[in-house]
Amino acid sequence: MVEVRLFANLRKGREKVYFMEPDTITTVQDIMDRLNIPREEVNILLINGFHQKPETKVNDEDIVSLFPAVGGG
Amino acid sequence: MAYAYHEKIARINLTTGTVTVEKLDTDVAKKFIGGRGLGTKIIYDEGCATVDPLSPENKLVYITGPLTGATAPSSGRYMVVTKSPLTGMIASSNSGGIWGAKLKYAGWDALIVEGEAPEWTYINIVDDKIELLNAEEYLGMFSEALDDTLKEKHGKDASVLSIGMAGEKQSLLACIMNDKDRAAGRSGVGAVMGSKKLKAIVVRPTNRNADETLASAEALKEANKDVMVNIKENGLTSSGLRELGTACLVNVINSVGALPVRNWQDSHFEQAEDISGETLAEKYLVRAGACHRCPIACARVIKVGEKVVGGPEYEPIWAYGANCGNNDLEVINECNMLCNEYGLDAISTPCTIAAAMELYQRGAIKEEDCAGAPLEWGNGDSLREWVKRMGNPETELDYLMSSGSARLCEHFGMPEVSMSVKKQEMPAYDARAIQGIGVTYATSNRGGCHVRGYTIAPEVVGLPVQLDRTVTNEKAFWVKTFQDLTAVIDSLGMCLFTSFALGAPEYTKLLNAACGTDYTPEQVLELGERIYNIERMFNKAAGMKPEDDRLPKRLLTEPVVSGPSKGMTSKLEVTLPEYYEVRGWDNAFPTEETLKRLGLDECIAN
Repeated sequence: MVEVRLFANLRKGREKVYFMEPDTITTVQDIMDRLNIPREEVNILLINGFHQKPETKVNDEDIVSLFPAVGGG
Repeated sequence: MAYAYHEKIARINLTTGTVTVEKLDTDVAKKFIGGRGLGTKIIYDEGCATVDPLSPENKLVYITGPLTGATAPSSGRYMVVTKSPLTGMIASSNSGGIWGAKLKYAGWDALIVEGEAPEWTYINIVDDKIELLNAEEYLGMFSEALDDTLKEKHGKDASVLSIGMAGEKQSLLACIMNDKDRAAGRSGVGAVMGSKKLKAIVVRPTNRNADETLASAEALKEANKDVMVNIKENGLTSSGLRELGTACLVNVINSVGALPVRNWQDSHFEQAEDISGETLAEKYLVRAGACHRCPIACARVIKVGEKVVGGPEYEPIWAYGANCGNNDLEVINECNMLCNEYGLDAISTPCTIAAAMELYQRGAIKEEDCAGAPLEWGNGDSLREWVKRMGNPETELDYLMSSGSARLCEHFGMPEVSMSVKKQEMPAYDARAIQGIGVTYATSNRGGCHVRGYTIAPEVVGLPVQLDRTVTNEKAFWVKTFQDLTAVIDSLGMCLFTSFALGAPEYTKLLNAACGTDYTPEQVLELGERIYNIERMFNKAAGMKPEDDRLPKRLLTEPVVSGPSKGMTSKLEVTLPEYYEVRGWDNAFPTEETLKRLGLDECIAN
């Protein structure tokens, strides 16, 4: 399974975590499409803790984390 | 009046009780901008580098910048510049709220406080009138109650800056509070105020306008309109920080495996969601708060029991949370409130407790030493109790804890347990997982600190571009650029958070409009470079050694144990020489050629 974690206001109207069958998705973009998350709303996209692009392929047991504009210090 | 200044500094000698009005040298102001830069230049020239930080010879400079209180985003900021009793080097602590703007509105560019009062004193400023009043009756008061009391006495429109009990007792972790819950937090500036028996500074301007100091108020309004477009178009400065505050970083930094856990023994916290910005907003947030003239509104106003108070930033959430093995957000909120009430640095205080917890784990501190508050990981009652003890120390261990982790761990024969640089505790980003921030920590002139070159923006958050956090390539260049730009922002009187949306061209536009100058962005960055270099030369005069530019051994030799950054260590041995090269420094200090290039000839003999 692919674990998808959403954060901050991407959670509005959605769950915090989704589990998806790996054979139903190819890239992170597919995940965003399925969850109706516009590309411009995602500022940080991580797979297993490393920055990736929407075009990056997703594999079984990956953890995909999506964040909107966040920061501070 | 010129260069966005009143050209007026008040020198307040507490030993003699005299106030002298001095004319600001605008040529010097032009070279060092204001705020952090000009404040450093003042104490460098006045020989503070070689004095005992807690002696009457040390000076406290409270200083505004050319944009403080002016028509520019997030311009309510001032700096406290002094020699730090924690690090023995330069201290320049920045704070928001409205106190700095009111000082400027009252007609002052800066206050230079020197000497030591014969009895506890506070300073009351109404426009150009400055008086010293007895403060004995206010000793032992919490900052919020003191704020109310002094406003009751001097007017609701006054603004109050003060130290708490920690400052009175000269805790090396004491901060300076203003406007109840804003803090000039780091490097023990509150202890310097305490050593002078100065409890508070109240300022009440009767004229809220500083426009008369500007080269062109119209030009600044136009420049402000331009840069506000960037602020509004940026997701973080337009709404992200307003919604979740800086605490939104808990989940981000944990997701990349850079959230230090149990005094940096690991770097991934399983319970991060419990202490996240999302959970803070859901369970405790009353509303967002904002400093003077700030469109970003990152501050949190939260409920702690029945009280409505200023809430924790990302740093204390991490420090009282993951770093102390604690996932109870309510405990974090209470401890953060106690830090504000006692006037303690909300980063160094919990980080020192975390170090003490590791000393306890290793058996160096025993249960019988803890007087009923065992230093166990995640023990909420002990956390609360130790903040109180550090805020109002009585026993030898209380005082040791209140002196920071470096002195504490040294005392117990385990100096390597202190996760500090130049004796100041590092903040919430693991330098093993993010290579650039390690260079920032190691070379920060005020010791372990993230806001002297916040490379987390490019290395994690993707602003202005996304860098690979795990590599060393070009990090030295990025650190230098961020350090120099930050020195500019801190000297202008603006908030660093504007830099998520603004870059050197925008700050240049604002500076030129306010001051009537015609700098290019490259020249403005060079002003920042000059400031960074004079700070370094202050440190050199204060006795800093090349080996002080270091990271704790753990970050170089103990790989991260779990999470996404498992196996990583800091590559400072690669990045530090590269950094010195881009800075034009030799073995941690500027070469003569660099000092000449930056117009710092006065530092060459140092």
